[in-house]
Parts: sequence; structure tokens; C-alpha cells
Amino acid sequence: MCAICGCSEGAETRFTDSGGNAHAHPHNDGDTHAHGHRHDHHHGEGHTHSHEDPHEHLHGEEHAHLHEHRASVAMLHEPQHGNLLRIEQDVLARNNRMAERNRGWLEGRGVLALNLLSSPGAGKTSLLEKTVRALHSEIEMRVVEGDQETTLDAERIRAAGCQSVQVNTGTGCHLDASMLAQALRSLDPPRGSLLMIENVGNLVCPALFDLGEAAKIVILSVTEGQDKPLKYPHMFRAAQLMLLNKTDLLAHVDFDVQACLDHARRVNPEIELLQLSVRNGAGLEDWYAWLRARVAAAALRAVS
Amino acid sequence: MHELSVALGIVELCNERAGNARVRSVRLKVGTLCCVQAESLRFCFQVAAEGTALQGAALDIERVPAQSRCRDCGRAIEMQEALATCKCGSLNLEPPRGGNELRIICMEFEEAA
Repeated sequence: MCAICGCSEGAETRFTDSGGNAHAHPHNDGDTHAHGHRHDHHHGEGHTHSHEDPHEHLHGEEHAHLHEHRASVAMLHEPQHGNLLRIEQDVLARNNRMAERNRGWLEGRGVLALNLLSSPGAGKTSLLEKTVRALHSEIEMRVVEGDQETTLDAERIRAAGCQSVQVNTGTGCHLDASMLAQALRSLDPPRGSLLMIENVGNLVCPALFDLGEAAKIVILSVTEGQDKPLKYPHMFRAAQLMLLNKTDLLAHVDFDVQACLDHARRVNPEIELLQLSVRNGAGLEDWYAWLRARVAAAALRAVS
Repeated sequence: MHELSVALGIVELCNERAGNARVRSVRLKVGTLCCVQAESLRFCFQVAAEGTALQGAALDIERVPAQSRCRDCGRAIEMQEALATCKCGSLNLEPPRGGNELRIICMEFEEAA
């Protein structure tokens, strides 16, 4: 369920560990062994994501505006002038607080978290499968799969050789920060790993919800049309990197690559752009290089 | 579709603060780059407010433009929408500043009877 709202009301968010979290992985000392684990985090271990919306006082900063008290308490000490009650609160405050907790936890562990966004069918899951297979031996990876229904994607990622958790949002149209917090508890990504979050296929709503990721990556396929960055500017503005996928189909569709890239830059002058085809492998080495550099930088920042 | 989510969030927050009082209006600041559509939000707010202290309340939305600058002619630009064009015709603008607000500023209660 959304942290700020009821957009998934009536349909519970479900979390499914692929393979029940039993898995084998190499440890740093090279000793590989299999084990099943589902453990609880305790406070004092540096985890900041295990409580459900704790009450937060932010004293010194607009005191009394940022509380989430019940009305009877709030009315006593909030400034009310005549019939006007000042509130001064971000509508997304609860989600954003949770996202910052996730971000702190991830950065402290040197885990690079990337939020993958696209329309349904642009190739997010295929790209992840290929990436897992290619980088598995050099980078420890974990995947969070967001979909309204089914565990199909988590199973595909699992089959590719990567531990994953499926988040089903029910009627919800996006992942939110509390869903990621719960997925992190289940996945427990190791230090220095790469966490890929595949958001619900949707070019609108997920742009508004920070999860605590290091960067958003938008994937556009050439079958969708070159004007998508202009039609969905918020998503392309929020992204740090755009991947133009299915370039192997360029010969069969009317798609002007240069116009598309220009549209993306118009909406977001700082966006990075890579072209690739998951199907024939063109451009994938550039994508892997992009990932390698950022995984290494995230791990280094956590150590220093 | 996420405007309903946002509207429910606003109603929940304000309803908690209202106690037994009835709310006449809620004042919001919405940045022009925040992906929330004002008309859609107003409609959703009416629906979300039913049965709460905010039923029938007005939603007063102040749009806050993002600021940018034209890289060709140097003119300062207030972005009223996500895709802005400079008066000189250029699309080559600096990355925008601000425009992402989605804040509840205050609410006004009905006069006590």
C-alpha cells in the first residue's frame, strides 16, 4: 500500500521471495556454501528501515508543523490564527522520509540502487536477465521486481541466477519507499552489491515517488515512438540515464533516433543516453561499463 | 491516476488536524514541474473529502513556476509547464530550478456556530 495514499486500497501489497530466499553465494573468503535465511533486523545494527512510520520530531525547524499528531494534540500547540491553521507540510513527506532512510542504509553499505522505469514491454526484465548473466561473476546483484500481479518476473530473474523479491502492488500504479524498505529487509543486499529495482511499468506515476535509489533509469524502446520524452516529460526529467532499447528493430519501424535524443535532452539537458539492443547485444558493453563504474564508486564512498 | 493518491494523502493529513472543526478550504502550492495535474487533483480531492471534515472544502492551488534561463539569449524564464520555450524561440534552456513543490500551506475552518 502506498505510503501516502490508498491507491492500492482493497488490494494488499504482497512480497514474494523467489526460492524462499534459500540460495548459495560465495563469501569474501572464497568459501561458497548454501543456506536459507530469513532474519529480522534489530536496531543498533545501522538499519534504519525496519520501523513502520515512527513519529519524527524535527525541532528547530518550523516546530509544530511537522508532527503527525492526532488532532486533539495538534490543535493545542500549532499556530492557529483566526480560522487559519498553518500546516506547511510536503504532501509526500512520509514517503520522502522513508526514502531518505533507505538511501542512508544503502549508501552506508555501499549498495548501488537503481530504479528502472519504462512503459510495460520496453524490455526492463529482459535487460535485467541479460545483465545478471553477464555481470553475475564480477558483481553481486539483487533484484526487486515490481508488478501489479504475478511473480513471473522474479522467477525469470531467479532463473538467470540472481536472488530477487517480487512486490505485487495490487491496484497500485507505482512502488513507494515503504515497499522498498520491506523488500530490503527480505533481500538483505550485501556490501558493495548492485540492487536493481524494476518499477511497475508506467511512464507517469513512478516519477513522483522517491524510493531512496541512487539514480532513476528510464528505458524507451524504438517501437514506442520518438516523441515519448515530450509526452511524458516528468519521467525523462527525473531520470539520470535513458536507455534506448530494441535498436535491432530500427530497420522495421519509423523511428528517428536523433529526434528522440533531442527530445530527451530538451526535457532534461543533463540526461545521459545509451543505445542498445538486449536482443542482439549491440551497445550492452557500454551499459555494463556504466554500471561497473558506478558500483565501484558507491562501494568506495561507503569505505571512505 | 496518482492524483487520487495525492488527494487521499492531503485529506488524511488535514482531517487528522481538523479535530471537530469543519474545513472551508485547503491551500496548496504545486510546482509546475511536479507531475500533478491541478484539475484532476481538484476532482479527486472532492471525492476523497467525502465523509471527512473536509467534505465540500475548496482546494486552493497556487502554481509555482520553475525558473530557468535561455542558453542562447540569456533571458530569465518562468516555466509555466514542463516544456517551455524561450521568447527568442530557443529550446536550449538551463536545467530548471524549483518547480517540484507539492506542499499543503494551510487550511481555513468554517466559523464556529
